[in-house]
Amino acid sequence: MDINNEIIGLRNVWVCCGGVPVLEDVSLSVHQHDFLGIIGPNGGGKTTLLKVVLGLVKPDRGEVVVLGGEPVEQRKRIGYVPQHSLFDPDFPISVMDVVLTGRSGKSVFGRYTSHDRELAQGALAMVEMLPFKDRQIGRLSGGERQRVFIARALAAEPEVLLLDEPAAGVDMHIQTEFYELLERLKKEMAIVMISHDITAVSIYVDKIACLNRRLFYHNSKELTSWDIEATYQCPVELIAHGIPHRVLREH
Amino acid sequence: MPGGTDSTRHPAPGTERALIYTDATDMIEILQYGFMVNALAAALLAAVACGIIGVYVVVKRIVFIGGGIAHASFGGIGLGYLIGIEPVLCAIPFSIASALAIGEVSRRVKIAEDTAIGIIWAMGMALGIMFISLAPGYAPDLFSYLFGNILTVPRSDLSVMLLLDVIIIVVVCLLYKEFLAITFDEEFATVIGVPAHKLYLVLLCLIALTVVLLIRVVGVILVIALLTIPAAVSRRFTNDLKKMMLLSIFFAASFAITGLYLSYIFDLPSGSTIVLVSGIVFLISSLRSSGHSFKY
Repeated sequence: MDINNEIIGLRNVWVCCGGVPVLEDVSLSVHQHDFLGIIGPNGGGKTTLLKVVLGLVKPDRGEVVVLGGEPVEQRKRIGYVPQHSLFDPDFPISVMDVVLTGRSGKSVFGRYTSHDRELAQGALAMVEMLPFKDRQIGRLSGGERQRVFIARALAAEPEVLLLDEPAAGVDMHIQTEFYELLERLKKEMAIVMISHDITAVSIYVDKIACLNRRLFYHNSKELTSWDIEATYQCPVELIAHGIPHRVLREH
Repeated sequence: MPGGTDSTRHPAPGTERALIYTDATDMIEILQYGFMVNALAAALLAAVACGIIGVYVVVKRIVFIGGGIAHASFGGIGLGYLIGIEPVLCAIPFSIASALAIGEVSRRVKIAEDTAIGIIWAMGMALGIMFISLAPGYAPDLFSYLFGNILTVPRSDLSVMLLLDVIIIVVVCLLYKEFLAITFDEEFATVIGVPAHKLYLVLLCLIALTVVLLIRVVGVILVIALLTIPAAVSRRFTNDLKKMMLLSIFFAASFAITGLYLSYIFDLPSGSTIVLVSGIVFLISSLRSSGHSFKY
């Protein structure tokens, strides 16, 4: 693999929480234009993995390289879309102001510039949420809110997008639109998406990794049933929705 | 004076005050007392600070932190008595120190934030009582710090309050977008490159300054009311943080002036009257917007 266009690199990363390992010996390499899905059961360490990449959790062992540097220094170049369930829907803030917070790290003190506003408008237009820009954030549906949080990440002009369970709690037909949006975005940046929904993810992503403390990843979309069973600790039946992608190698 | 411990009654001569004045001329009569003019000025200065900072306290849901800082600052008042410094001035560094302690302890030591607040809350109160008991002689103004005494605010305190207001306004103007980012989503703000934790500590220091400012008006115990009620009422009228601040300054000022006026007319303790007026308006405003069930 070409090391030069590596965007995220984890080498033998261990994270322990109170003596219990959350991530065990995880190695991962994400390159430009990758669309990687990371699946795994709840409590399998998916969110911890994202936080390691963002420098919010320091690994106990191993090395993390983000865009050629330390996560803490490089993370402003990452677009982060957290789980939307963590927000206070009653917070008095408009959609436009939420998206503008994506620009808040660019300069300390003072107001947003007209350039900031243009980028925020552009990001809202990209996710087709511009007509809602004056709406209070809590008065949107789950899917709309999720698109606003993607716009907020995009407003920061990121080189890679990290999404944590973006489709959780969103209706099926909205999910489809949402994945199509990601399809468009992946032409411009690498995307890493976490989900516990195996089938939905497997349709759209280019590469899949399984995570349950250990990471099973072959730099491809192919997973063996052994990988999946090792991840979920039980046999998993995969339904491919008649999509011309092969998720499982036949055994 | 009947009513015992309450130092917040104005020095009105007995029975005449039992009459209810409603004329506008009485408002002018009230203003002929120098202490009433000072009280009005104190109410307005306090309204500016608690209108702005109270909005952050309410939307970030850190009311409990405000309570913790307020009670911990009582330690500073006690220390002031003990070493013979103006108690409110001594409460400023004390409340800032307790704000920083609340912000840092839960991060560095592995305890929950609300536990840290509870400990600092109680420790500050205990220290205050300890210091006062060690101080020589009797501490006559003690109750005015617990329950407020807007009627005895001296001119020197007004200039301290004005200075604190200016500090709060300047800092909030400079850091408005950063404060919005960290109160809405601290984790995202950190990732995007905002020094979120440092700014959070700055915000806690502003809360501490506001608390000190409110001690004169409503006292340590009732501070929470003026920090939360005006912001909570204004939240019902707008979804915009800036408008919420302006509205809550307006509400805080109206509550304080109405409370002050009623306390003068009915000869009631000013701090608790202000708080009760605020609480009643909040109840009415929540009935109003809970909508259908109250329509005829």
